[in-house]
Formats: sequence, structure tokens, C-alpha cells
Amino acid sequence: MDTNTKTLGEALRRNGVTRRGFLKFCTATASMMALPPSMVPAIAAALEQARRPSVIWLSFQECTGCTESLSRSHAPSLENLIFDHISLDYHHTLQVASGEAAEAAREAAMHANEGAYLVVVDGSIPLGNPGYSTIAGFSNLQTLEETVAGAVAVIAVGTCASFGGLPKAYPNPTGAVSVSDIVTDKPVINVPGCPPIPMVITGVLAHYLTFGTLPELDHYGRPKAFYGTSIHDRCYRRPFYDKGRFAHTFDDEGARKGWCLYKLGCKGPMTYNACATAKWNQGTSWPVESGHGCIGCAEPDFWDAGGFYNALSVPTGEISRNASYAIAAGVGVGAIAAGINQRTRNKAVRQHAEVTIEDLEKR
Amino acid sequence: MNDAMDFLLWARGTAFDVALTIFIIGVIIRLFEILSLGRPRSLAEPKGNQLLPGMKSVISRTLPDNGTFKRQPLTVIAGYLFHIGLLISLLLFIPHIELFNATVGFGWPGLPNPIVDAATVIAITGLLAALWNRLTNPVMKLLSDKEDYLVWLLTFLPLLTGYLAYHRMIEPYPLALGLHILSIELLLILFPFTKLMHTFTLFLARWYNGAMSGFRGVQS
Ligand code: SF4
Repeated sequence: MDTNTKTLGEALRRNGVTRRGFLKFCTATASMMALPPSMVPAIAAALEQARRPSVIWLSFQECTGCTESLSRSHAPSLENLIFDHISLDYHHTLQVASGEAAEAAREAAMHANEGAYLVVVDGSIPLGNPGYSTIAGFSNLQTLEETVAGAVAVIAVGTCASFGGLPKAYPNPTGAVSVSDIVTDKPVINVPGCPPIPMVITGVLAHYLTFGTLPELDHYGRPKAFYGTSIHDRCYRRPFYDKGRFAHTFDDEGARKGWCLYKLGCKGPMTYNACATAKWNQGTSWPVESGHGCIGCAEPDFWDAGGFYNALSVPTGEISRNASYAIAAGVGVGAIAAGINQRTRNKAVRQHAEVTIEDLEKR
Repeated sequence: MNDAMDFLLWARGTAFDVALTIFIIGVIIRLFEILSLGRPRSLAEPKGNQLLPGMKSVISRTLPDNGTFKRQPLTVIAGYLFHIGLLISLLLFIPHIELFNATVGFGWPGLPNPIVDAATVIAITGLLAALWNRLTNPVMKLLSDKEDYLVWLLTFLPLLTGYLAYHRMIEPYPLALGLHILSIELLLILFPFTKLMHTFTLFLARWYNGAMSGFRGVQS
């Protein structure tokens, strides 16, 4: 693998990336990672000298959306170039080799970079029946355990790899689990999103290349730099939320005026991701800006967290139906209680004997 | 890994259904019980109208009473602050209105969040003052039993967790929201069987007091 000896700087230059463009990328990366501007030269120097790390990309129960998100930019972006110029030694959607040759490439990369390669996983791992998802005759669990053994760290890309995602949605027919449910002795970085923002993945890689360490993670193992604030706290519609101005349908006056989408089911308040600042399609827009509420795709179990179009505070059950049953039951039991009370009273009235003065005098 | 989210889903799902069911059945049974007991037949001649004095006392007893204020200023002030703050944060916070809308099928306009936030702080302060009063005033202390403290806690927790969740002071957020919902479910479950029932019975009782006076022809 002679490409591995080339530095990232050389590789980028060879692809026609100017110094200016490269520094611009470094600045953007620094600001996304919440680093001070004074760090930009250090990032540039480190990235310039970085050797291309070997990356093995494993795809399990997934829809390839994560790979699409990363590889399908309309114009080649610097994110893409960074992504292209890591030494992606195995990725069964993108690589040319197939079958045994592909598996041989994976094993070769594992041996050559023992203890130093990164594993990227997209998709969840089925534990129900090993046959639900296999590659080259191996179950996903076997492939994952074997590949992760010599890795420095694992990056779980997408909500399926991070939290189980769609395959894990109720009733979870394949017994799908996340990467971190299986890999417990290696650092696992979760980069959830359905799909995740390309910049976030390259940001994590850039952080690793620059500092040789993994970024600071939150409770869910997500890099704090990108998942540190909720969509809601960064949303440009937030002033409308605070003022109580809402769209009630997708084409009413509120919707046209760009008011808050909370009542249309926006899950922004409980979702942590960088969409509001990084945006999508190279900064074109993002879901809330296009007029649809956030569906919370970067959070665990988002498929099961109530309907996408129900307001966040609405419980997931059939509350109106349950409430009417409860009212009926309450009225029924209440009527019985009333009947018992009535009987007790009538009995008391019946037992009430008239006492005359003479009766009292007799005693 | 997904514990917080599982907890939130449980709190919003099964737990909410159970709590709401117990609440509704409990409240209806208790109201039925009270109302079906009826009033003893009075053999005396009514000396006046009952309806109007009843209504009058519903209003007059809702307004602060000068005598009580002089004797127990803190009870009156804390009581009003708490109840007004509670009603605003419970009934005029948009996410709450959405919940009512999903349950009863209609909603109403809410207030901007900073106002609701302030109302919550007022309600919390009022409750703390009420507790302090209960613990330091010898008469109040003597009158208080375990249920009073339980009811205080049941009311305090939703306000506190709601405030913490809104300001994201508990991490991760699903845990914060889940705790808030769970605290309300506790309140709902114990509501029909504690003094919290006064929410429904107080106007009945106030009306009855006034109506009795009217019946006897005395001023309510
Ligand atoms: S549109 Fe969504 S994220 Fe934006 S302010 Fe409204 S609820 Fe929050």
C-alpha cells in the first residue's frame, strides 16, 4: 500500500486543492469543533503531515444512505477529498474488488496496520439469527468482532450503527443492536443521523488526524463539538417558539411566514445535532428551513418516539381512547359506589325507630 | 446506551396510560361518592334563595380575606403566588396545551415561554415559602400531618423537573423530560386519594357553604 506513505497534504495537492482551499477547510473544521481560530495553523500543519490512516468500513443492516450522504455531493467538496484520501481499504459498496478479493483486502489492511487502523461501521448488528445479515458467509457479529480486535477505535456512522436505528424499531424482528452494545473494550464514537452530516464524519476524522486523539464525547458517545447543542437551541425559528407563534398546518399563514413547527411535530427540542449550523447539501438548507419539522433522527429509538407529526409533548399511547374508557369505567364504578352509599343510608333510615317521651321515661 | 430514551418512551407510553386511567377513574368515583350522598332533607322552611349566595361565596372565598391575611400573611401570599404560577405554567405553556389538545380534542392559545418560565419560578418560590411556613409556624406545624408533606412533594416535583428540563439542566435531555413526565404521573395517581382532590371539590364546598347561609336567610 504505497499510498499510505503519502501525506494528506500531498494527496490533496495532487488533486488540485489549493493552499487557500485547504486552509479554508481547516478554519471551517476548527469552528465546527469549537476550537479557537488560533488553532487553525496547528490543524493545518498536523493535517498536512498526517499519514493517511487505514480505514475499514463495515456495512451491516443498513440502507447505504450513510454512504450516499458522504459520497454523493454534487460538486467535489473538501470533505469528500479528505474522505477519499483516507486509505479506505475496505468498503463493499465503494470498492472495486468483490468476493474473496474484497475479504482479502480487509485482512491485508488489518495485518499491515495492526493496532492502528480505524473501523467505521454503518448499520446495526442482528443478534436474532446470524443468517439475517451475512458478508462472505460470516455473520455481521463475527465480522465485527474479528475486525475490531486490532483497531484503535470504532466510528459508528449513522443512527443504525450508533443506536440500532430503523432495524431496531419495534418489534425489532432481527434482534438488532448498536455497535456499542457489542464493542465495549475499544473507544466507540457515535456519529448518529439518518444519515449523518458529511462534515461531522470528516470533522471526527480531521480531529483524529490532527490530535491523534478522539474528540470529547457526550452521554451517547457523540462528539460534543457537533452534538453539544440541541437543534432547538440553534434553530432560526426559535424566536417564534418563544413568542408562541406556530404553524398549525403545512400551508397556513404561520407556515408561510416561517413560524415554529413545534405543533407540527418538530422534535428539535430533544434532538442534538449540527443541522441548524452545518446545514445540508453544502450549506443549502436543512429540514426545518425547508418547512418540515425535525424528526429527531440523531436520537436513540427515534422511530418509536411517537408520530413524526405529533407534538413532542403528546404521549405515545392512544390517550383519547384510554381516557374515554377510563371515564366510562369511572362512571360505572362511581355509580356502584353511589348505589352502595344509598343502600347504607336507606337502611339507616329504615332502622330509625321513633322514640317517644313515654319510651324514654320507661327506662 | 438507550436507557434514557427507553425510560422516556415508557414514561410517555405505558406509564402515562396507567396514571391517566387511575386519575380519571379515581376522580369520578370520588365525585360520585360525594355527590350521591346528597343533602339531608331539611324540614325547615327555606328563608331565602340558595343559588345566588352560593355563587357569591364561591367568589368571596376565592378572594383574600383580611382577617386571615393579618393573622397568617405568609399563608395567603405564598398560597396565591403558588396557585397563580401553577395555573399559568400548567395551562398556558404551549407543549402542555398540545397535550390537552391530544387528550380532550381542543386547545387554547398559550403564553410566550419567558412569561411561563417566570410563572414557574414564582410557583416554585411560593411552594418553598409555604413549606417554610409550615415548618416554622407552630400552629401550621401542629396542623400538618404526613399527607400534607406528601402532597407538597407531589406538587413540587413536576414544577422542579419541568424547570430543569426546560433549561436543560439534567443530561441527557430524554432523562430530564422522562423525569418530568414521571413526576406528573405520580401526582395523577395519588391525586384522587389525597387532599389534591380539593381542585375539584373546593368550588362545590364553597358553593354549599354560601347556599346553606342563603337557605337560612343569613348573610354568607
Ligand atoms: S421549528 Fe423545531 S427546532 Fe425550530 S424552534 Fe420550532 S420546535 Fe424548535
